[in-house]
Amino acid sequence: MNEIIQDKEIRAANLKGLGCSRRRVEDARFTQGKGNYIDDIKLPGMLYGDFVRSPFAHARVKSINTDAAMALDGVVAVLTAKDLEPLSLHWMPTLAGDKQMVLADGKVLFQGQEVAFVVANDRYVAADAVELIEVEYEELPVIVDPFEAMKSDVVLREDIADQKEGAHGARKHHNHIFFWEAGDETATDQAIEASDIVAEETVYYHRTHPCPLETCGSIASMDKVNGKLTLWGTFQAPHVVRTVASLLSGIEEHNIRVISPDIGGGFGNKVGVYPGYVCSIVASIVTGKPVKWVEDRMENLMSTAFARDYWMKGRISATREGKITGLHCHVTANHGAFDSCADPTKYPAGFMSVCTGSYDIPVAYLGVDGVYTNRAPGGVAYRCSFRVTEAVYFIERMIEVLAIELNMDSAELRRINFIRKEQFPYRSALGWEYDSGDYHTAWDRALKTVGYEDLRREQAERLESFRLGKTRSLMGIGLSFFTEIVGAGPVKNCDILGMGMFDSCEIRVHPTGSAIARLGTINQGQGHATTFAQIMASETGIPADSITIEEGDTDTAPYGLGTYGSRSTPVAGAAMAMAGRKIRAKAQMIAAYLLEVHDDDVDFDIDRFVVKGAPERFKTMKEIAFAAYNQAIPGLEPGLEAVSYYDPPNMTYPFGAYVCVMDIDVDTGVADIRRFFALDDCGTRINPMIIEGQVHGGLTEALAVAMGQELAYDDMGNVKTGTLMDFFLPTAWETPNYETDHTVTPSPHHPIGAKGVGESPHVGGVPCLSNAVQDAFRPFGLRHADMPHDHWRIWKMASELELHG
Amino acid sequence: MIPGAFDYHRPRDIGDVLALLAEHGDDARVIAGGHSLVPMMKLRVAEVPHLIDLQDVESLRGIGIENGCVTIGAMVTQHELVNDAMLFEVAPILREAALQIADPQVRYMGTIGGNVANGDPGNDMPGVLQCLDAQLVLRGPDGEREVAARDFYEAAFTTMRHDSEILTEIRFGIPKGGSAYEKQKRKIGDYATAAAAVVLAREGNLCSAASIAMTNLSDTPVWSATAAEALVGSMVDDAAISKSVDCMLNDIDPVEDNRGSIAFKRHVAGIILGRAIKRAWNGAEGRQT
Repeated sequence: MNEIIQDKEIRAANLKGLGCSRRRVEDARFTQGKGNYIDDIKLPGMLYGDFVRSPFAHARVKSINTDAAMALDGVVAVLTAKDLEPLSLHWMPTLAGDKQMVLADGKVLFQGQEVAFVVANDRYVAADAVELIEVEYEELPVIVDPFEAMKSDVVLREDIADQKEGAHGARKHHNHIFFWEAGDETATDQAIEASDIVAEETVYYHRTHPCPLETCGSIASMDKVNGKLTLWGTFQAPHVVRTVASLLSGIEEHNIRVISPDIGGGFGNKVGVYPGYVCSIVASIVTGKPVKWVEDRMENLMSTAFARDYWMKGRISATREGKITGLHCHVTANHGAFDSCADPTKYPAGFMSVCTGSYDIPVAYLGVDGVYTNRAPGGVAYRCSFRVTEAVYFIERMIEVLAIELNMDSAELRRINFIRKEQFPYRSALGWEYDSGDYHTAWDRALKTVGYEDLRREQAERLESFRLGKTRSLMGIGLSFFTEIVGAGPVKNCDILGMGMFDSCEIRVHPTGSAIARLGTINQGQGHATTFAQIMASETGIPADSITIEEGDTDTAPYGLGTYGSRSTPVAGAAMAMAGRKIRAKAQMIAAYLLEVHDDDVDFDIDRFVVKGAPERFKTMKEIAFAAYNQAIPGLEPGLEAVSYYDPPNMTYPFGAYVCVMDIDVDTGVADIRRFFALDDCGTRINPMIIEGQVHGGLTEALAVAMGQELAYDDMGNVKTGTLMDFFLPTAWETPNYETDHTVTPSPHHPIGAKGVGESPHVGGVPCLSNAVQDAFRPFGLRHADMPHDHWRIWKMASELELHG
Repeated sequence: MIPGAFDYHRPRDIGDVLALLAEHGDDARVIAGGHSLVPMMKLRVAEVPHLIDLQDVESLRGIGIENGCVTIGAMVTQHELVNDAMLFEVAPILREAALQIADPQVRYMGTIGGNVANGDPGNDMPGVLQCLDAQLVLRGPDGEREVAARDFYEAAFTTMRHDSEILTEIRFGIPKGGSAYEKQKRKIGDYATAAAAVVLAREGNLCSAASIAMTNLSDTPVWSATAAEALVGSMVDDAAISKSVDCMLNDIDPVEDNRGSIAFKRHVAGIILGRAIKRAWNGAEGRQT
């Protein structure tokens, strides 16, 4: 008997399936510098593009003189809006139903906007030519503030000045984009007014940027002989890019091949379509040669998609005992010059309506006004699902503010308002159906692990010492409990440009028992080639090491919506499991035939099918695969392949409990993170090592955003943080040690119960860190202070509370 | 971030360097580690038709300690400053300050000469060398001259060095007593929000000599004679430190930037100077003259 168990364990271990901390198969090439990123690709005769960009945030373009540039040896072409207009490509549609200038058409609306595109036979010549292009501007009044924009007579978007209707309903003002709402405002107002305690606060989530290590870029190669366009690029959604390219260019979709090579991080920045992509395509069509465009770091920060810039005005009410009775939120969203947010079409504010968080709030309301300003366009989900970081930051700050109002410990306030385990599936006041959760268990475990009571005691002692003048250091304890909403999404309500947000997997098992699987997603560092193979291994009994995972080539991979919003595991991972089950179902029939028993008389056992009650009679998947190709099996087609397109029935709702302990130097504003504890529940865990890596990465980006990272503008619309000197990217030095833990509450509707994890730590980490800073100052009367909490702003908090004597 | 075209020169001795400078005048710049100049060229802020790389000029390298005097070649890297055991023995403040400059990769390339000669108020070594009362040796067509680090800086990126000269060497007497370099920065690789270099000598319970310089709090490094005087003769108690800080605050002139407001920078400057003084004073106890 022991031998049989041992044998099973060995066979299971050999599979490296679900739950195995399998080493990342991608890392061999990445750690040896053998990755193949967009800028590594060099094609014969390739030309190089570079942009002339606007130094002004708002100006009329009076003239563009390209003569000197065209005269420079090596310059092949200079494109301006005038050149693109005959092709109707001087503007392009955005994912949010707006349109955006590809090249400045009469005016510029943000600093760094694309004005002209130079094409040269050498990257250096292209840069020299950019210097030679003379653009005459007439400066116009600049508006960087959305509240001012809604009052101003200055019309930013003259092209739609007369349009009363936008893509999401009526526009209230010429600088207004949309108004979107969820929930019952009247009932919410009534509930709040009838409550014992009401707390109000305006929470600004500052503008920042995903800043992936690799910037954006593309190479377009138009083959004029066969009419095929090949487009390589930093695309988080290559299939959607193909469809968009086809619709824009008129080239039939089968004649366009889009390839995402290795991508050096995306974090939402590489979801959208940028003018550089369009210009490289046009330039290739015009010149008949491959054209490469790769932006530099400053261009990436100034012109490609930003994240956040949400002014969230909240009211939350409760009984005296702390039971929340209502939540009201109004958002003023600064979308910049064009609305190019990347959200599912029906959700112009993303999933901001998950802002009731992890709490059982009986009634709630959310209204969002989108506004144009002279800032760069974007509004992407930077390491989070659509606007979920905003939602969670908002509710986790409102909880803290309410706790202050109630004079209550915020850990307890959370506990008494959590959605209870037995309430799942739980329908939130703003319409979402949370699939599963056990918040109390996670919360209690987190607080117990960190020794919450002891921490509060220590904090009280420190406070006493501070008041006695014995120390200038305060202690802050940051708490956050978050629920993510990921895995967009059900086709019935989630689409991008009309494409339903399903995803896909296609498996081919080879005769000798190894396999290739292709998916509609695209890895940018998540480790898909590692984890998807693990799902398939457990489903099919083919060892993960014998499975190749391929993504990102639209000529070979099945259509999918790409990778962002933690959707790869919830959607494509489900497609992988379902395709794997189809393989297994056929394999079962083949096994039964080979074993000369009825289909129902064999059981799947790790890597084989075994005759019921006769364990010595079995066929391994390897044998079955060979049989699928080498003999005629009555009633079955040869081969062993499967395809699954998976339309998820619901989103998944990962959650987590985070605690952070900080020591804050009141005099210098330096915050030292002493401890960071993160408990994540992402349902079924596929690869614990990769989960831990994801948590570390997400927390580090949370650290960046909470503690210093921002895209700051001055009143003239100049970007003040356009280089990595000022735009905070933490290094190993600034990054604390993280403690991780988990509970497992599988998703009931996902084939393997997995929920997704890549973005959870960011979503939970930002409020946790911010709450820690603010908690340190709570005894001195601080209610709320906006991020980022850099040294200066922390010092300012202390200064305003008169702690500098 | 693509520089304009330039000619690259890589001479082997100082004579050739000076000849190239004489030949190309304003069109030539010398490059040491390149961490300041290369980004400026890539941003096309600096246009340098002739770039003269000093990497192969052997005579600009080496650290010497003789007769109570330290000499450091202009091409000595921050990495070498960090790792020179003898230098650490006689002037530990240089290792301390060098370790506050960027990260190991930058320190392998970045040189003390580049850090000092560029005249960037954000650089750390100018303040440290003012604190040590170092002499900067300049070589030009008319031979060699010395300029005190305390006199060298005229304004941001403007120094006493003529375009025809290069910095060859840094000399200073072995400092007596304890020292400290305190730097507050936002992250690794950042310039100082405020930094303080302090050297204090101690006889018995009293401070017998002091030197104080501040980094990135004006358009040049700020050597504050009055801040030092406030400590000399005192027991370096809270009152003396407070007086020293007040004197220093009279000498600095910070501007607002992304690191913070003027009020913040002045506050932090005072705090870190106080900390640097205390640490230098504690160190001085073990290094009594």
